[in-house]
Amino acid sequence: MPKLIIDGNEHDFPDGITLIQACGLVGVEIPRFCFHERLSIAGNCRMCLVEVVGMPKPIASCAMSVNDLRPGPDGTPPTINTKSETTRRAQEGTMEFLLVNHPLDCPICDQGGECDLQDQAMAYGFNAGRFKDNKRAVEDKYLGPLIKTSMTRCIHCTRCVRFMTEVAGVPELGLIGRGEDAEITTYLEHGIHSNLSANIVDLCPVGALTSKPYAFQARPWELAKTPSIDVMDAVGSSIRVDSRGKEVLRILPRINDAVNEEWISDKARHVWDGLRTQRLDRPYLRKDGKLAPCTWDEAFAAIANRIKSAGAEKFGTIAGDLAAAEEMFALKTLADELGSPNIDCRQDGSKFDPTLGRATYLFNATIGGIEDADAVLLVGCDPRVEAPVLNSRILKRWKQLSGKLPVGLVGADVDLTYPYQRLGAGPETLLEIAKGGHDFAKTLKDAKKPMVILGPAACARSDGYDILTVGAKIATEIGAITDEWNGFSVLHAAAGRVAGLDLGLVPGDKGLGTADMIAAAGKGDLEVLYLLGADEIDMSDVGKAFVIYQGSHGDKGANRADVILPGAAYTEKEGTYVNTEGRAQMTARAIFPPGEAREDWTILKHLSNALGKPLPFETLQELRSKMYAAAPQLAQLDALEKADPSPIAKLASHAAKPGSDPFGLSMDDYYLSNPIARASAIMASLSAMLADAGKATGTDG
Amino acid sequence: MSVRRLAVEQPEGFVFTPENLKWAQAVIEKYPEGRQASAVISLLWRAQEQNGGWVSEPALRYIAEMLDMAYIRVYEVVTFYTMFNLEPVGRYYVQICGTTPCMLNGSEDLKEACRKHIGPKDTVSDDGMFSWTEVECLGACVNAPMAQINKYYYEDLTEDLLGEIIEKLRKGESVAPGPQDGRQGCAPKSGPNTLIDSAIYNSDDSGPEPGYAGTSDPKSKMPGAY
Repeated sequence: MPKLIIDGNEHDFPDGITLIQACGLVGVEIPRFCFHERLSIAGNCRMCLVEVVGMPKPIASCAMSVNDLRPGPDGTPPTINTKSETTRRAQEGTMEFLLVNHPLDCPICDQGGECDLQDQAMAYGFNAGRFKDNKRAVEDKYLGPLIKTSMTRCIHCTRCVRFMTEVAGVPELGLIGRGEDAEITTYLEHGIHSNLSANIVDLCPVGALTSKPYAFQARPWELAKTPSIDVMDAVGSSIRVDSRGKEVLRILPRINDAVNEEWISDKARHVWDGLRTQRLDRPYLRKDGKLAPCTWDEAFAAIANRIKSAGAEKFGTIAGDLAAAEEMFALKTLADELGSPNIDCRQDGSKFDPTLGRATYLFNATIGGIEDADAVLLVGCDPRVEAPVLNSRILKRWKQLSGKLPVGLVGADVDLTYPYQRLGAGPETLLEIAKGGHDFAKTLKDAKKPMVILGPAACARSDGYDILTVGAKIATEIGAITDEWNGFSVLHAAAGRVAGLDLGLVPGDKGLGTADMIAAAGKGDLEVLYLLGADEIDMSDVGKAFVIYQGSHGDKGANRADVILPGAAYTEKEGTYVNTEGRAQMTARAIFPPGEAREDWTILKHLSNALGKPLPFETLQELRSKMYAAAPQLAQLDALEKADPSPIAKLASHAAKPGSDPFGLSMDDYYLSNPIARASAIMASLSAMLADAGKATGTDG
Repeated sequence: MSVRRLAVEQPEGFVFTPENLKWAQAVIEKYPEGRQASAVISLLWRAQEQNGGWVSEPALRYIAEMLDMAYIRVYEVVTFYTMFNLEPVGRYYVQICGTTPCMLNGSEDLKEACRKHIGPKDTVSDDGMFSWTEVECLGACVNAPMAQINKYYYEDLTEDLLGEIIEKLRKGESVAPGPQDGRQGCAPKSGPNTLIDSAIYNSDDSGPEPGYAGTSDPKSKMPGAY
């Protein structure tokens, strides 16, 4: 516990932190550009110089450990002056040099108003420039469709280089040349091949890297900022939705150490243009084979007629990947009132059974818990695509252990950004590990906190239940479940899935699941199919069934539908989403749904009135209190209550006979995996870039 | 120095000759497991020699793959050090020292000679034999002004002397490196005035100089040995 005197006040500090962090802990702000708490220390911007008494020159506080300072000759603790004349002159000098080559183009720079250089030049800069020479000019670089570059503004802090190498795990950015001619670029200027790349826009302390789709859209002070939750994957990253008027203009990450630290995937960040296009803004009814606009009442009447004539047994409901808990609860309540057992929230065909217990479908190790794991087995899982931010946690853990984290993968051969051992392609290998006969089983057994991560590709198949059982067997066999550690982890790819399972949106007694419902609809045994934002099913298989689509985007489901009920997207409603860990979080309304679209639970409420079976709640609060009674864990917003691990042992005791098909990939195209993303032009351009990269031979840019 | 870019025209590919490959593997083995990247400068330097004085883009990738490095990391190194040429150079690559002592002793005249006998700076002469550039201090200030031609130092030059050397090399004649005005090494211009008693050298049984590996062929360092 080193003692330091900072600006005249003596404090104790934990070992191993640097001066800049120590100053931060006691509320003394030190200006900085290159330093970032989650990246390695570069020490190259020199903005954080402070005076340390006894040192001949100012010290870069970001690179000096609190343990490395000597006490004064009379035994006083090391003394740091952050407001002294020496410090002020050092910082002013650094700022003046940084500004020598920085263009004065703030009025046309997108970083204006949220620029570290602008702010710090005001606070710590010299009052005039004394350099009259020409400023240098640097060619702009192509870094893909998300990142706009203006490299003349670059101050060479190398935050972006370090982020791409250390956090994204894709060493594609670098600083070439030297001195005045140094430039940030990729090798031969190809776009960056990472789905975390846009985070470097946030990291850039100046306007060198700005958001290309957001270019010249708005100034930060014009935007309404709404803290919310991302639904593009099941990680549930904390985001901030910036909107102006009726439009979402950008999405930024919020710091949440337990979930996303301060990163979000490119999909979460740039899906916002999809929120404007292909929107369903009024109800439609199919008349003579064509969808025609209608009123809400006409739509409800048509549905009520059809459901009444079909009867509850021939009515089925499927909830989609982006549905919030509130509307799923309303849907479930409505299905119960109608007496229909045909309900499912697992449109990908996964075989989770909520009646077993929560622990069998949650990421029990937790995302933060990855940083304790000392061996990882991935089963049918490509976390880099299914949960990019979570994958970077595994990479972080791998780096913490200096590359000694054993990672085994059973499934398709994928690039995870860190090395792993590919154990096999399908369930045979899994059975071998469960029996303990495999080398990697020993590695897992020797580990203190091993993790078994079951991905969507493992669970969403006809023998998914058996795979899950074998996964549970492995977890119990290797000792992954102890009093303080539960390594049995299911990685979901859909934001709405866990809440759906928590609320029991699975077929009731003699009810049909997703696949059965579609098959029955194809044969004509199921007459009415209610899709709550469910688009990932093959619409050609539903035969002549009467399809009701409730959702926000005109995608596959709406295309096939006989009635369309326009709903709200996740930025337009307060919805509870439960992430893959089982953490309930709530989105907030940043803008209103377009046109006549409504919040989804209200649509179901009105429909229930039209059906003569009114849902037992009038307000969102009443709905929530009923929902919390049904699933109390949903009330624990932002908190994470660990699930009781005993069901895993019970699951493990079941007999399992998985098939022999190798595990595939859960998504054809990461950037086009849900209706909002498919409506986004930015996602389409990323998808095209990825397809090009697949064709690249290595010599092209 | 200015912004450095890879040459526009690049060869199809690059591989080390068998001898160089063997040598490269020996260099890589000097470093502990997982630290092969430390060999990057040595390998780039050898690739530059093999490639006729410049590093091509395929060579850069070849070395990155050999050392398990990202391309951009090798690209950073190769653009940082000006000793790596990113564009083709002449068969004789003349580097004129332009730093203060040489400049005071007439390096501007040497540049003039280069312009006259070779052409503009950083361009290969029409016959492909020569190119020249200005570099920072090469550490031969005692014998200023000087030029390095391929691996050899030519010292105590004048505009005429350098012109003669260039013309001789062009004709295929060899020119002895070192001071060109008859001076002995870096002894005073008027001749050595200390340690001149030859008797002190008679009992030298100290063997080869420390660090001499006994491997280099002196001829390999002569101009035009590529």
